[in-house]
Amino acid sequence: MIYLELFISFFTIGAFSFGGGYAMIPLIERELVRNQAWLTAQQFIDILAIAEITPGPVAINAATFAGYKVSGLLGGIAANLGIVVPSLMAVMTMAYIVQRFQGAPLLKSALAAVRPVVVVLIFMAAVTVGRQTILDFKSAGIAVLALTLMLRTKLNPILLLIGAGIAGVIIF
Amino acid sequence: MPAPRNPTLSTLFWSFFRVGAFTFGGGLAMLPVMQREIVDRQGWQSEHEFVDVLAIAQSSPGAIAINTAIFTGYKLLGVPGVAVAIAGVVLPSFLIITVLAATLTAAEPPLLLTKFFLGIRPAVVALILAAAIGIGRNVLIDRFNIMLAAVALGVSLVSNIHPAILIAGAALFGYLHQQLLSRRGVRP
Repeated sequence: MIYLELFISFFTIGAFSFGGGYAMIPLIERELVRNQAWLTAQQFIDILAIAEITPGPVAINAATFAGYKVSGLLGGIAANLGIVVPSLMAVMTMAYIVQRFQGAPLLKSALAAVRPVVVVLIFMAAVTVGRQTILDFKSAGIAVLALTLMLRTKLNPILLLIGAGIAGVIIF
Repeated sequence: MPAPRNPTLSTLFWSFFRVGAFTFGGGLAMLPVMQREIVDRQGWQSEHEFVDVLAIAQSSPGAIAINTAIFTGYKLLGVPGVAVAIAGVVLPSFLIITVLAATLTAAEPPLLLTKFFLGIRPAVVALILAAAIGIGRNVLIDRFNIMLAAVALGVSLVSNIHPAILIAGAALFGYLHQQLLSRRGVRP
């Protein structure tokens, strides 16, 4: 049954990708294009382009698009369930452990040591995305202006993004 | 941090709906919008708790936004909270992509939309950087933390190490360090 196959494929993708959306892209390509041949290479590139220009997690965008192309609305739902279920099992287990041992000094000190590393990971994400997107003076200008506004004002990031988009339409 | 508001299933749903609807680029690009919803706007979590959630979200398989939704939903409202948080974060993408997949014939997006996104992307970088700076100000406050961050930065710059391994390594280090201190009679 195609829905079950979609679910299993996306379950595999969800279960073996750590580190979020972009880490999933090679797995999605291998599973959908090479293993299952549900999508052509061109369709896969289209999905990536669409995921780039639509909001939301890349994994959900890819699952919805591929699921729909393979077998319509229910296919999209089956693929999304496949992506979500591994997360659900892993994170609920972690949540249980954290709650069970809440206040235990050793858990506290483990989490305390993780926080500075998370700060670095966020910083590195900015560096990685920055290398791909800040390519000229115009994009650098938008980035600097946006950073200044974020640090100096209480501007809503959603408004900031919309403003940057409008600036893009004007200057590019 | 504002006075914490009591989360309801409906506020939880709409918060994550906004996260799903207004984050572009995936992964950590979602973080500033999430931080604003969960920490600044609703006061459901302190900044430290939010960072703990991120650590768990990044070291579990799957999409970071989904993992954050699951953990936050569970912490605030148990299993029903998980269901509405997932629905909230997934629905905007699901609806938009389904409509696009059903109607799109040519993959070439209109020029205006392309330019709009050329403007958005550098701003996303700024948002992620601002989040790193904002959280860093609260976390990098003593020598121990600064040292850990410096080591993590060095390792990530010279190698392709996976975030989950870095997080697990830091947790193990913090655990061992504390055991060493307790043996000397120091409480955390």
